[in-house]
Amino acid sequence: MTEILKINNLNITPKNALNRLLVSNVSFQLSAGKTTCIVGESGSGKSLTALSVMGLLSSQLQATGSINFQGQDVTKLDNKALQSIRGAKIGMIFQEPMTSLNPVLTVGYQIGESLTAHLGLKNAALKTKVAALLTQVGIPPERANSYPDELSGGQRQRVMIAMSIACEPLLLIADEPTTALDVTVQAQILKLLDELKTRMNMAMLFITHDFGVVADIADDVIVMFRGEIVETGSRKEVLTNPQHPYTKALLACVPDAEGKKQLKPITYDWLDENQPKQDKVAA
Amino acid sequence: MSQDSNIILAANHLVKTYTQSSGRFGLGSNQIKALDDVSIALKAGSTLAVVGESGSGKSTLARCLLQLHPFDSGEVLFEGVDLAKLDKNALREKRKHLQMVFQDPFASLNPRMKVGEIVGEGLLIHGLGNKAEQQAQVMSMLKRVGLTEADALKYPHQFSGGQRQRIGIARALVLKPKVVVCDEPVSALDVSVQAQILLLLKELQAEMNLSYVFISHDLRVVRHIADEIVVMNAGKIVEQGRVVDVYNAPQQPYTQQLLSAIPGRKAA
Repeated sequence: MTEILKINNLNITPKNALNRLLVSNVSFQLSAGKTTCIVGESGSGKSLTALSVMGLLSSQLQATGSINFQGQDVTKLDNKALQSIRGAKIGMIFQEPMTSLNPVLTVGYQIGESLTAHLGLKNAALKTKVAALLTQVGIPPERANSYPDELSGGQRQRVMIAMSIACEPLLLIADEPTTALDVTVQAQILKLLDELKTRMNMAMLFITHDFGVVADIADDVIVMFRGEIVETGSRKEVLTNPQHPYTKALLACVPDAEGKKQLKPITYDWLDENQPKQDKVAA
Repeated sequence: MSQDSNIILAANHLVKTYTQSSGRFGLGSNQIKALDDVSIALKAGSTLAVVGESGSGKSTLARCLLQLHPFDSGEVLFEGVDLAKLDKNALREKRKHLQMVFQDPFASLNPRMKVGEIVGEGLLIHGLGNKAEQQAQVMSMLKRVGLTEADALKYPHQFSGGQRQRIGIARALVLKPKVVVCDEPVSALDVSVQAQILLLLKELQAEMNLSYVFISHDLRVVRHIADEIVVMNAGKIVEQGRVVDVYNAPQQPYTQQLLSAIPGRKAA
């Protein structure tokens, strides 16, 4: 199995409070053709981890440790080097397709931008490639001339997916890509992402807070809590035989479709009393 | 349909049409039927869930039930009284018993008001009790939803999403309503916070004998909280019945499609 990304001891701290760890000692690796889900609540550090892989952390934050992508440490790269990776070798999809798309440019133009920037495609060749990408994500190619507001939420997310896979990246990062979508549309998008991952043999890093989604799409699962990884394992291991009390608690508050389960909100009795809790969640 | 005395809130044949401008410069217009002959009946002390996707008309229904939106035709009966026929003062009197919990706890609380004022505003408007009594009720309601007396002096931005939803619930329940319409009350929350709020809503229902209309797009949540379910699509009711029946044996293709799209079903 080809290793695509390896993160070692990643720590993220605010620059003005270096002893406050927002992400602490995170290490994992991603392989080609595998989907790894990071699960956690708001403030668990899952999005920060993903952003740091793209070198997109806010300038107020500082990442230490190593993020090894294809023999390069992403944390040490300058902006220019990062730009040649972003969009070309690492694609990213965000939660809100409407805020990620530019409302005054056609979707065809926006999909084409990275093709021109990274592959130098122009004119007819560009048009053909954009049409092919739209078809691949299930949108009629003539919609290339539409503006984002003329598309539904699901279609916009498909456009975002077309943009992110345009340059055939090795790694696709999806940060809660279906949270804003209806359940039937969500199912379609998950299926599409899974197919693309297999067809293009990408590594996919999928961020979510929904264990239902995890069950549908993950190969491997990472559970994060207050900036730390508390459990990792295959989908089956984590979902059927969770080891860490937090994973168990988190699974216990997901309602099931059969209504058999007694919902249990999380109590934090198992937390070590000495841990500086408040400081860590505040982010 | 709703001669049954057990029915606390009923909507009969509601129709609501929106006109949407379309075409270049919005010169054309489209008629959109947000509600197309919708009838529901809420039994006292029970929870009726309205599910559907974006644009199905479920939120329009919620607003029409509370007379927050005018509708074209049909009637909403609360304890047998047609709300649309009441004058302003009589309607206000009824509104005490009809409260709403909104989806977005960030947008639905006035950022310039203290939590105590937000929760107490309803008591003030309806002139219930003197100042000291109102104060006492606000405090006991805040404590009941899991907040503290000190929280009354804080502003909404000082709270997390789950706490804000607790404030929203306190605001709705301080008037001791009979019917609470919850419009996607947990969809903006983390799953662990969602579980807390769902349990809180259930406890309060038992304590205060509340009847809920629960608007949601999350079929897993609905399975846990509702007794009966109405499935809407494009302004029409597609299917309705007891939750157990609809989940075990959905009759309509659209309901089947919705249920099969629930994430995690295969693996569970």
